[in-house]
Amino acid sequence: MESVDWGFVLEQTLIQALGLNAAVYAIAAIGLNMHFGYAGLLNFGQAGFVAMGAYGMGIAVNQWGYPVWVAVLMGMLFSVGFAVLLGLPTLRLRADYLAIVTIAAAEIVRLVARSTALRDITRGAEGLNEFIGPFREFNPFNPSATYGIWFVQYRGNTFFAVVIGWTLAALFVLITYLLIRSPWGRVVKAIREDELAARALGKNAYRFKMQALIIGGVMGGFAGMVDAIGKATVQPDFFGAALTFFFWLVLILGGVGRVWAPIAGSILYWGLITFVQNTGRQLVDNGVIRTTIMDTNQIDQIRFWVVGGALALLMVYRPQGIFGSREEMALDAR
Amino acid sequence: MHADRSAVLAGVAAEPGVPKPDPILVADSLQRSFGGIRAVDVDHLEVQRGIITGLIGPNGAGKTTFFNLLTGFDQPDNGKKSFNGDSIDGKSPHALARQGMVRTFQLTKSLTKLSVIDNMKLGARHQSGESLWRSMLRPLWGSEEKAIEQRADELLVRFKLDHMREEYAGTLSGGQRKLLEMARALMSEPDLIMLDEPMAGVNPALTQSLLEHVKDLAGQGISVVFVEHDMDVVRDISDWVVVMAEGAVIAEGPHDSITANSDVIDAYLGTHHDAPLDVEVDLDWKEADG
Repeated sequence: MESVDWGFVLEQTLIQALGLNAAVYAIAAIGLNMHFGYAGLLNFGQAGFVAMGAYGMGIAVNQWGYPVWVAVLMGMLFSVGFAVLLGLPTLRLRADYLAIVTIAAAEIVRLVARSTALRDITRGAEGLNEFIGPFREFNPFNPSATYGIWFVQYRGNTFFAVVIGWTLAALFVLITYLLIRSPWGRVVKAIREDELAARALGKNAYRFKMQALIIGGVMGGFAGMVDAIGKATVQPDFFGAALTFFFWLVLILGGVGRVWAPIAGSILYWGLITFVQNTGRQLVDNGVIRTTIMDTNQIDQIRFWVVGGALALLMVYRPQGIFGSREEMALDAR
Repeated sequence: MHADRSAVLAGVAAEPGVPKPDPILVADSLQRSFGGIRAVDVDHLEVQRGIITGLIGPNGAGKTTFFNLLTGFDQPDNGKKSFNGDSIDGKSPHALARQGMVRTFQLTKSLTKLSVIDNMKLGARHQSGESLWRSMLRPLWGSEEKAIEQRADELLVRFKLDHMREEYAGTLSGGQRKLLEMARALMSEPDLIMLDEPMAGVNPALTQSLLEHVKDLAGQGISVVFVEHDMDVVRDISDWVVVMAEGAVIAEGPHDSITANSDVIDAYLGTHHDAPLDVEVDLDWKEADG
């Protein structure tokens, strides 16, 4: 008997690499790329924006019974509101202040959402679980059939969310591309390089930074909405601080400041993590790794070691990320 | 000094705060303190339109602070200022730049990860493609962008940077960055250009070419104010010199009147610079120490 069923591992890896999680992470990282990669905004609270999108949409249907389109609009509005709230006091200050405020604000969002005081709106720790019905009415795929290419197959309901997710990811990459090649993008990049210089040339840095924060934040909001539609639930503890750092990991893996990089980074991240997990599990199940050394639960932790190690190696040998520009990176060292 | 340009000020007395025939920039009772230190305390200063005004003074005289106050990068504790006849009190730097007052920095601010040509195009004022909504539709700003690019290319040729057009600005030498910053400021077609120590850290060979460019600006009718503490640089190009010391304007006038001014010499060399050295004091101190 073979120690590892490579066909199965490959199948699982591809399903995850192209699946719902990868799409959600890619969308959130595209937003983060707008923030950090182009505008130089240190947003350490992208999970907060994602939560805002998910809760905005979820509450609208789950609690107030609004139609789907109003719900999506509300998810966007929640993200915009969050961006304005964070941006107003901090964008006039040095870049580090935004970092401090965002990391705290994202945690506040999560803790407020799971608080018992807001049970009537957010459903507290149990989360929102009864909003998916109206969305599934739009699902053109048969829930009991599977869809996909080759052996990468998803159930109808999941496939619906996967299609929405990757469509949005592609759309957001296109929007990023169009924005960045324009004079608007030139100003935003100039502000990233040196805000005072941009202001001396007549550019209202505050306005441009606020616009970039809102655009990236709304993209984060859509990541939350796609996740909610795919999983049919909104759970407050999903939006922990760790989530933000996985988005950062995806962005850095792909290459900061490159339009396609978040998509590549996300596919790679989910592929790698699933590959290690499934290979490890099989090695344990088939007795190659004895349970006295490690069990399958521990394998689930080990996969993060591997990703962390891979990232460390990447930083040493290719600090610009997979698609980043070494030339640009070298300019920082001057 | 340029004969035609300085002729405008021929009848103007060389004394601090003197009114000029056609001032582009006026500062009145500008004060700025940092803690207990009064960094700037300027009673009245008018900057004549169309000429090169040199702002000099020893280190710590408050030149750069005064400069920051005028360009909106710092706000005065009290006082008034006007530009082109309009009050500019409390205006932000970008608003002033939009009105036609553009500045450069002592420590060059080239935007390293933008190409040289992008640095230049950034300088142009009132670009409709900088609006978020229009930016995604190229037809709305494409022709404007072309005109800007053409102007940028002409300036790059003039400043001998055209061979670096596509390079990242971060790859330029220090002197080239100074040139780029000046050229970029010109892209905004300013009425008044404020240069903060344009020659600082530039090798002597390039200094000459930078000076020529500054003279060129005035030749095109742009008013120039520049900060410098090197008197030799000032002599060559200033039509009018303003001297600051300890935060105040202590003298102004054509270059020759300034070098003869005893206040200025005192400010640069110390009040007792011509007193004989007392060698004994030094010896006494040594003995006491030993």
